[in-house]
This record gives sequence, structure tokens and C-alpha cells, in this order.
Amino acid sequence: MSTQPDQTDDETESTPEPDAEPEPESPGERRRAEKAARAEAAEEEAADAEPDLGDDAITLKVFRYDPEVEGKTEPRFDTFRIPFTKGMTVLDALIEARDTYDSSLTFRHSCRQAVCGSDALFINGRQRLGCQTQIADLDGDVVRVEPLPHQDVVKDLVVDMEHFYDQMEAVEPYFQTDETPDGELEEQFQTPENREEIKMSTRCIWCGACMSSCNIAADENEYLGPAAINKAYRFAMDEREGENMKEHRMELIEQENGVWRCQTQFSCTNVCPKDIPLTEHIQELKREAVKSNLKFW
Amino acid sequence: MSQSYDRGTVEDFGRWRSFTAGMWAWLFHKFTGWVLIGYLFTHIAVLSTALTGEAAYNDTIVGLESLAIVRLLEVGLLAVAVFHILNGVRLLFIDLGTGLEAQEESFYASLVITGAITIASVPTFVSGVF
Ligand code: HEM
Ligand code: SF4
Ligand code: FES
Repeated sequence: MSTQPDQTDDETESTPEPDAEPEPESPGERRRAEKAARAEAAEEEAADAEPDLGDDAITLKVFRYDPEVEGKTEPRFDTFRIPFTKGMTVLDALIEARDTYDSSLTFRHSCRQAVCGSDALFINGRQRLGCQTQIADLDGDVVRVEPLPHQDVVKDLVVDMEHFYDQMEAVEPYFQTDETPDGELEEQFQTPENREEIKMSTRCIWCGACMSSCNIAADENEYLGPAAINKAYRFAMDEREGENMKEHRMELIEQENGVWRCQTQFSCTNVCPKDIPLTEHIQELKREAVKSNLKFW
Repeated sequence: MSQSYDRGTVEDFGRWRSFTAGMWAWLFHKFTGWVLIGYLFTHIAVLSTALTGEAAYNDTIVGLESLAIVRLLEVGLLAVAVFHILNGVRLLFIDLGTGLEAQEESFYASLVITGAITIASVPTFVSGVF
């Protein structure tokens, strides 16, 4: 687009060829000049007209906001027409829009294969990974892309993930144990059953989709949120950490802003791109908490 | 530090159109729970002020039941109570960790059964006032 001249004058399309040069010339020269002028006019007309994007071009509506550029501080939606190619994801379309039309369009992405967790977006009213969402799977050919709700927008589609990361850190998201095997070189085994139990919980890619979907975690609320609780589950349920560690973990999980804030709305489970049964894990931790506190003997 | 932009109340409430089954279930459960509490207190207040004698009690009850609006509110109360009970049972199962895969279906089932019971109750509740 940038290589084409700005065409605002509509009349260039309707006016016939420009007048021939004033100097005297041979008929052949005149014909060639006219031909060249016609070709130029035709070219301009083609550039003016909507480029042919194919029958199944899609419309991308993207949330735009840039607090640092005057005139862009008011949030708005920009519309891009993107030619559809088979297998195109929403992230592909965004990249196409950025590379073709507006290099200032800002969004986070890296792996493009649902591994890095950097492109969780609010696509057609739902939290999804841009790279995991096939445009063909969306209803209609208008794709609406917004930054994740309930998070501060830094620019365009980029939100401030700091609060989310803080909550993840708060549950000590790393393996720690005081029950290591006796021998120095002895391996510490996990039973296949135990591994199976925590399998799904290990899949989290820290995308923040779940947190954004949760009404309870909305705003700068102190609720740990589904991802952090799932992370806590991953270690609390890991038998290799031992009894003492589990007790410590349960304290984190049961605190005021822990599992009891969950109201089982299932929004996190619905949006998690890695299909982690978040609500199930939170509910299991609630029962663990009750079991460890209610003792009738 | 990032600049923040307040996207307004639309952030928290305006997205109700994209609410999922579980969110509606939660909202309805809150609503019906508090309606039931409200009813309970009104109920106690009305009955206890009617306890001055047999006649007063009968007058109060018959007087109230002769009002069409009261009959309609009773239909509403039944709907609210039935939904709260059915969804409450659903929530108890969710707390026990069973049937989490069917949480949407069980919410819809609660709605449908509530609707059916409510409609079936209408003739009984409104008979004689219309
Ligand atoms: C068989 C009858 C009932 C069942 C099975 C039931 C079940 C439940 C359950 C499971 C909850 C907790 C929801 C949660 O996890 O957050 C709840 C909340 C509540 N219930 Fe009931 N309930 C019943 C009857 C009643 C009655 C008769 C009243 C009022 C007098 C009532 C008022 C409430 C209120 C106010 C709440 C809290 C709503 C909120 O979260 O703000 N319930 N009910
Ligand atoms: S639990 Fe799922 S939705 Fe939440 S951060 Fe992890 S991968 Fe994303
Ligand atoms: S780009 Fe890495 S998860 Fe989508």
C-alpha cells in the first residue's frame, strides 16, 4: 500500500486522457504519447479501485489504542480486509494486516503454535489464542479482535500481564521438597498414577485467558485466579514433594484469596486453550482443604 | 509502568451477551437465593402481625389470596424456589466433583424443569381470582 501514491482526486478516473504536449510532433509520437497516457490512467484507476482480495476475503476489526500518540488515545476499531488463505489463523490475519496495511498495529506473539502463551486475545467475544483459532471455525467472515478484558491495555492488543504473573509467582510455581531419596545419585520416582493425576495441570502456558474470563478475578482483585490455583494443584498433588510441603501449599491455597473465591462459573475451563479442567482442579483442592481441616477425632 | 485505559462498565457488565451457561447459573442462583431470603422475612412479618386472633389471621390470608398480584407473585416464588433448589443440587454435585462435564446440561435441565413445574402450577395458583 505504501508504494502507491495517495489518490484522493476522484476526477482522474472520469477525465479522458490529458492534453497532448504543446510542442509539434509527428502522428506516431502523438499516438505513442496518448497510449502511454492511457496506460498510466488505467494503472491509476486500478490502484484506486479496491484491490482484488478474492471472494472469501475476511474483515478484521481490531481494537486500537495508543496512549503515547496524539490522536490515537481514544480507543477505536480499525477495519482491515484480508485475503483468506486455507488454514489461516487469526494471528496470521493480524500479521497480514500489520505487514500490509499498518506497521504500528501492535500485538504479542512468538511461537505461533499454542506453546508460548503470548497471544491470548478476545476474539469474537471469547478469550482464545490467536494462533490456535482457525478463521474458518469462526462464525461469519467478520473477525473482531480485542485485548483481553479485565486487564489494562498498554497499546492496541497488548495488555499488562504483571498482575497475572504476580499471582502465578504467589503460589511458588516450582518443585520443592524436603523428602529426597537417601542415596546421592538415587533417582526420585513418581508413580505413573500420580503423574496421570497431575498431567493436565502441567500443560499451562501462562496465557492468562482463564484469568481474563473469570468474573471473580476481574479487576485488580486479589483472588489468585484459575491459572495460579491450577499451578498450586500441580505441585500440591505431586507426591514427591512430601507431607510438609503439601501442608505449606495447602496454606497458600486455602487463604482468603485462594480456592474459596471460586464460584464455579466454569468460564476458565471453557476458554483454556490447553483444555485444562481448571474448575475440576479447584474443586478438588477445596475438598482437600476441607479434609485437612475437618477432623472429628 | 504501563498506561491503563478504563474500558468502563462495559468491561464488567456489558459482556452479558457472551456469558456462558455457568455464569448465568451463578447469577440466577444469587438472585433466587436473595429473593428467597426476602420472601422469608416478609412471610414472617406478615404472619406475625396477623396473629392477634383467628379472625385477623383468616382476614389477612383470605385478603391477600384474593389479590391477583399476590397469586402471580406466588407463581414467581415457586419458580424462584424450584430453580434455586434444582441448581443448588447441581452446585452440590459440582462441589463433590461429580458430573462436571455435564455442568451446562444440568443447568439447562434445571431451567427446563423449573419452567415445566411453574407452568403446571399456574392453574392451581390463579384459580378463582381471574
Ligand atoms: C433445598 C433447598 C435449597 C438448596 C439445595 C440450596 C442450595 C444452595 C447452595 C448450594 C448455595 C451455595 C451456592 C454457592 O456455591 O455459592 C446456596 C446459596 C444461597 N441460598 Fe440456597 N438452597 C436451598 C434453599 C434456600 C432457601 C429456602 C433460601 C432462603 C430462605 C436460600 C437462600 C440462599 C442464599 C441467600 C444463598 C447465597 C446466595 C449468594 O451467593 O449470594 N436457599 N443455596
Ligand atoms: S490455565 Fe489455561 S487459560 Fe489459564 S493461563 Fe494456563 S493455559 Fe492459559
Ligand atoms: S503465538 Fe505462542 S501461543 Fe500463540
